[in-house]
Amino acid sequence: MTDLTKLTISAARDALRKGETTAAELTEACLTAIEGAGALNAFVHHTPEIARAQAAAADTRIKAGDAPDMCGIPLGIKDLFCTKGVPSQAASRILEGFKPEYESTVTTRLFEAGSVMLGKLNMDEFAMGSSNETSTYGDAVNPWKIDAPLTPGGSSGGSAAAVAADLCLAATGTDTGGSIRQPAAFTGITGLKPTYGRVSRWGIVAFASSLDQAGPMTKDVRDAAIMLGAMAGHDPLDSTSADIPVPDFEAMLTGDIRGKKIGIPREYRMDGMPDEIESLWTQGQEMLRDAGAEMVDISLPHTKYALPAYYVIAPAEASSNLARYDGVRFGHRAKLAAGDGITEMYEKTRAEGFGAEVQRRVMVGTYVLSAGFYDAYYNRARKVRALIKRDFDEVFAKGVDAILTPATPSAAFALGQKFDDPVQMYLNDVFTVTVNLAGLPGIAVPTGVDKQGLPLGLQLIGRPWEEGDLLNTAYSLERAAQFVAKPGKWW
Amino acid sequence: MLDLTYESPAPRVIAGATGDWELVIGLEVHAQVATAAKLFSGASTKFGAEPNSNVAFVDAGMPGMLPVINEGCIAQAVRTGLGLKAEINLRSAFDRKNYFYPDLPQGYQISQLYHPIVGEGEVIVDMAPGVARLVRIERIHLEQDAGKSIHDMDPAMSFVDLNRTGVALMEIVSRPDIRGPEEAAAYVLKLRQILRYLGTCDGNMQNGNLRADVNVSVCRPGDYEKYQETQDFSHLGTRCEIKNMNSMRFIQLAIDHEARRQIAILEDGGSVVQETRLYDPDKNETRSMRSKEEAHDYRYFPCPDLLPLEIDQAWVDDIAARLPELPDEKKARFVKDFGLSEYDASVLTAEAENAVYFEEVAQGRDGKLAANWVINELFGRLKKDDCAITESPVSPAQLGGIVGLISSGDISGKIAKDLFEIVYTEGGDPVEIVEKRGMKQVTDTGAIEAAVDEVIAANPAQVEKAKANPKLAGWFVGQVMKATGGKANPAAVNQIVAAKLGL
Repeated sequence: MTDLTKLTISAARDALRKGETTAAELTEACLTAIEGAGALNAFVHHTPEIARAQAAAADTRIKAGDAPDMCGIPLGIKDLFCTKGVPSQAASRILEGFKPEYESTVTTRLFEAGSVMLGKLNMDEFAMGSSNETSTYGDAVNPWKIDAPLTPGGSSGGSAAAVAADLCLAATGTDTGGSIRQPAAFTGITGLKPTYGRVSRWGIVAFASSLDQAGPMTKDVRDAAIMLGAMAGHDPLDSTSADIPVPDFEAMLTGDIRGKKIGIPREYRMDGMPDEIESLWTQGQEMLRDAGAEMVDISLPHTKYALPAYYVIAPAEASSNLARYDGVRFGHRAKLAAGDGITEMYEKTRAEGFGAEVQRRVMVGTYVLSAGFYDAYYNRARKVRALIKRDFDEVFAKGVDAILTPATPSAAFALGQKFDDPVQMYLNDVFTVTVNLAGLPGIAVPTGVDKQGLPLGLQLIGRPWEEGDLLNTAYSLERAAQFVAKPGKWW
Repeated sequence: MLDLTYESPAPRVIAGATGDWELVIGLEVHAQVATAAKLFSGASTKFGAEPNSNVAFVDAGMPGMLPVINEGCIAQAVRTGLGLKAEINLRSAFDRKNYFYPDLPQGYQISQLYHPIVGEGEVIVDMAPGVARLVRIERIHLEQDAGKSIHDMDPAMSFVDLNRTGVALMEIVSRPDIRGPEEAAAYVLKLRQILRYLGTCDGNMQNGNLRADVNVSVCRPGDYEKYQETQDFSHLGTRCEIKNMNSMRFIQLAIDHEARRQIAILEDGGSVVQETRLYDPDKNETRSMRSKEEAHDYRYFPCPDLLPLEIDQAWVDDIAARLPELPDEKKARFVKDFGLSEYDASVLTAEAENAVYFEEVAQGRDGKLAANWVINELFGRLKKDDCAITESPVSPAQLGGIVGLISSGDISGKIAKDLFEIVYTEGGDPVEIVEKRGMKQVTDTGAIEAAVDEVIAANPAQVEKAKANPKLAGWFVGQVMKATGGKANPAAVNQIVAAKLGL
């Protein structure tokens, strides 16, 4: 077979089962592609020995005839996941040299299902960023290109770039405010953020614990369904993981959405939204209507407060979650001058180890939790969060099955363009943060291209725990959109 | 069930230059929860292990690690709450208290600021027979202990031992109902007693498993009563908190010193600054721990890694149904059922093991006699050998046997002491020993009469003297006792001698 790296998970699975290829061949093809893609800076730690050993084991299982769907599928793993004995740095200097003694629940499950780890993927430092420019490894680069190099989005920028450039069949991502969906939209792939609690957070470096959720980043919706099935499920090690059954998501992909009610939230029609986004959204509605769904105008009145609330809650939790990076037990420790004590060690270590964006959020988070400001910021943000969740609850209670919105306010922008303007950068998350605040599942599906030929995505938001239904709606949208564009190989 | 009426003790009064002052004291007692594993990890809580050997990844604050509540710790907190007659909150929640210190690997302590697991309760603190202080408990919350920083092992380096990191503590917060240093110590002692009865904390203060932060303020006579009426703290003085006390003696010394320090400031026209202080036992003084500028802002917020803790009333009821009898009830029962004095009942119930031992001895026997023997003979002998009651060479059954022999008149009190020593050092069944060694008291009047007749016949001169001076009858008694090897019942001998001499 040619172009093994271009296969979807489902196609590879079928080919593996038919004996048309082997996990070893797939893995070698991906390793070769990765070797040639240094310019994308997507893979930041390479694990070919692990990959080859896992591929060999997978081939044995496939031959035996009882291999799970994900068996033999070569994956990239976001650097935020702790992988045993393999550098796991959250793209931060402060975790320099850190190799965990443990394996995250998600990677454990994927490996138990026979998946192959090709290496660790670039990301924004501690998942804080929307452009993959805050990484200690340097920028990840979007395989889609016009003139200047583009951002693949963030924080799961390396994951998005690697999947879009066919360096791996799929990748893990994490999403705290849009970190799966925005990069998926920027690179023309599918990205699913599951319901909060669907996927275990154990062994994933924490950014904002009440918002973080891992999910699949794949070449199509079917792959997202397959991979989510392998990642999801109750984990007694994560108290926020839900003890509810994981259905066969792939089996739910009928493409039949007749009679479904799709909510179109009027508050997502933002001032200054590019025409292209507006028309993409309209096209998406037409596609779903053509498939037999009913479009319903809905209101999510507290949407405008979501971004400010998010940028209070997420930094607040981060300021606490990142306190453990103090140079005492692991990772980077600053060289100390004579007479320096523990305070100097903390200050110098954290000043050297954390990049500017992480420092900014730690300071914002510390501020909003401080005595005297707590009620004005943190408590108010929590109340807003409850109202945002209620907005969604009320809409779903009225029979809406899913909500269609743009995934991002623009196509991928040039690297460096927004880096010095944090507020502009934060606005990238305007359509995605509400979903995290409400703990809902959301999926970005590539639906079209802009004037310059860059991919654009739409977001579908589902009811809690109904990823299967959401994936089916996304599947219908995907079939209607017929998005087949691929970036030209320049790297 | 509980039927103890008592009066409140008088508050401690310190005479100042400008008049009398009273003390107002509240305590926060940190009690290590007796469980095998830590609050949020499976690591062992065993004391004295190699440094950093009882540490799970989550205890060490490793990236991506998450806390999972240990149900055993929750049950212990509920049990403690029930033992303090407190309200159990079926819904509670955990918060993060943020600060940097090397022995706090996560950079925060998980605690329960806003929604503690246990609400209001009470403790009756006995001060003297019939005198006790009712101390109200405000709340009990669960929290993680920190590790241990060691600064004196190396001139340039500090060392950290994380074995204690994450061990579950119960913080038991009292209302400011304690009115003197002795009451404070007695309160801690009583709390310790209850916790040990419940089996929720071993109470070992030397190992730091029970320690107290002491809040002290002073006020003028009458002010405290105004506070009690209104619950308005403005009637009370500004308090200082003395941290981390783990000795009853130091608690008393520190309170006394701190009260006098505050009085001196106030009488000089100054005002007390609310702050945290440390007690220095070498200098017998308290010192400010940190200035206001250095005061921590702990930035408490709900721990997002843990869902609110919800427990069932049925589960609580089940724990309640299996609570042991607690000290107050046990003491009242000992007074009532065994006819003990309140003092003896207090001594016997101070430790649950003592009470268990006593009850076994007293079962079906003379309770007062059993109490005397346990308190005076057994405790005295054990103390001499520095031996714990659980390791007593004399079992309750053996001591019960001795008490039984005394009650039945089979042996005299004097012989009983010899018998006790034999059982203590050599072991054996007291009844058999008495039998075999012929220690049985002679109550057969015929035998005693014969012995008396013999002595009278042999000592006619003494008989004459005794008839003139009845006090000399004792000489005959002594002779008879000697002749019978001490086994004759002294009361019977007395009676018969008197009769035979015609006294």
